Amino acid sequence: MDVFFQQIVNGLSLGGIYALIALGYTMVYGIIELINFAHGDVYTLGTFFSLAILTGLGVSGEMHGLPLVGVVLVTLIAAMLLCGLTGVLIERLAYRRLRNAPRLAPLITAIGMSFILENVMQLWHGPSPISFPEVIPNPAWALGGVEVSAKQIAVIGLAIVMMAALQLFIYKTKMGKAMRATAQDRDAAQLMGIDINTTIAVTFLIGSALAGAAGFVSGVYYGTTWFFNGFEAGLKAFTAAVLGGIGNVAGAMLGGFLIGLIEAIATQYIPGGAQWTNVVVFSVLVLVLIFRPSGLLGESLPEKV
Amino acid sequence: MALLEVDGLDAFYGRIRALEGVSLRVAQGEIVALIGANGAGKTTTLRAISGLMRAAKGHIVFDGHDIGRLGPAEIVRRGIGHSPEGRRVFARMTVRENLELGAFTRTSGAEFAEDFERVLAIFPRLRERLTQKSGTLSGGEQQMLAMARALMSRPRLLMLDEPSLGLSPILVQTIFRVIREINERGTTVLLIEQNARQALGIATRGYVLEVGKIAFEDTAANLMASEAVRAAYLGGGAA
Repeated sequence: MDVFFQQIVNGLSLGGIYALIALGYTMVYGIIELINFAHGDVYTLGTFFSLAILTGLGVSGEMHGLPLVGVVLVTLIAAMLLCGLTGVLIERLAYRRLRNAPRLAPLITAIGMSFILENVMQLWHGPSPISFPEVIPNPAWALGGVEVSAKQIAVIGLAIVMMAALQLFIYKTKMGKAMRATAQDRDAAQLMGIDINTTIAVTFLIGSALAGAAGFVSGVYYGTTWFFNGFEAGLKAFTAAVLGGIGNVAGAMLGGFLIGLIEAIATQYIPGGAQWTNVVVFSVLVLVLIFRPSGLLGESLPEKV
Repeated sequence: MALLEVDGLDAFYGRIRALEGVSLRVAQGEIVALIGANGAGKTTTLRAISGLMRAAKGHIVFDGHDIGRLGPAEIVRRGIGHSPEGRRVFARMTVRENLELGAFTRTSGAEFAEDFERVLAIFPRLRERLTQKSGTLSGGEQQMLAMARALMSRPRLLMLDEPSLGLSPILVQTIFRVIREINERGTTVLLIEQNARQALGIATRGYVLEVGKIAFEDTAANLMASEAVRAAYLGGGAA
């Protein structure tokens, strides 16, 4: 039983990262009905930015106490900002002028954008994996037979805080309401006086900033990254968004954690383990789509952003 | 000078011409009806005025300023409210949220509270529905919400696209009574209607649009009396 609960904790950590990435997919889809294939690479860019900032700050090993908190906050916020701005730039340069084009055009453009980002990152750090400094010390607490590490608490905690903040933003602020209105009916939103260019830009800003947060968290958690990191993580996060109901913010969070859990459990209990993980993950997706094509929360809570 | 002057508007959907030299004006305080068959270009005219689509040619002057090149958000700020065809309420948001969005361009909380009370006084039914998702409202209530929402920006000109469409006869009466009431409180109205008789009944003047062109324009009373208009839009001779 301990092994099972251990995998739950591992799965939630993994799921927190997927959920943060999935939010960007689902928000962008909700507002412009585009599957932003470059989003996974923005997440990878988040790992690269985080590493650059940590290096810039001269962090090479474990930190403790106040300096640790400071380094984590500075790196996190800077990575979020840089990724957020990258997202805004991508929308402005590549997607905006295609807003009224046939749907295939922005989709192909997104794939092209993904290649561009991957190649830029390959030029930046080369094709091999690069490692992160071990910033967060690694004490682990035993709860019964289950070991929970400081990193895991940080990952899960951060994901939950971000999601709560996002919910507050979407439901309580004027811009959040403008985003929901624009997602539901773009023309009607314009007739309210909402500037949809701004609203869409803010959507990219927030979605990409969350990918930046995921990038930071994953770099610190796994201690490594490489330019192609976002391909698989992006695919799984996209799967999470579809599983939860694409366009649905709560669904993306739920989907992210579920995918993380499924992955962790499958790795543990399926003979042959890790090799079959992806098969299980995507099989679950296929099953959900057969029986609930709109995703888990696709209809019951149809709130697009 | 009229509050709204539209002059020589041409508009296209792809290569199909939707409007051809449409000119109309709406003076302060009027109710102007724009009538015509389906596909005549009524909705297109309103969409061009509110900036949702760009006219290929022509001028739109509101309150002395050319607004033809402005975006819809700016046009709302200038004082044109548009309750669109098909109501287009935000179905997954509550009635209150819809009204809040209607006031998106406004910044003063006190004025918001005042406008909120004002529109709820006009549409008391909405007060009972404030926390309900607007997608769950009846058609008539959605129409009231669409109009109330447009009023929340405190427009000087309110454009209504088919407000009576699909409503029961009693509700149609209510809607027209409310339009008159809104007008009496000082809002100028440009009204599109299938229901030409009702529309001309409350309008000061009217325009008849036929395949993208203005075919007739006159006072509402004269249009009602006109043989040609009666034959085509008012169901024959029995007025």
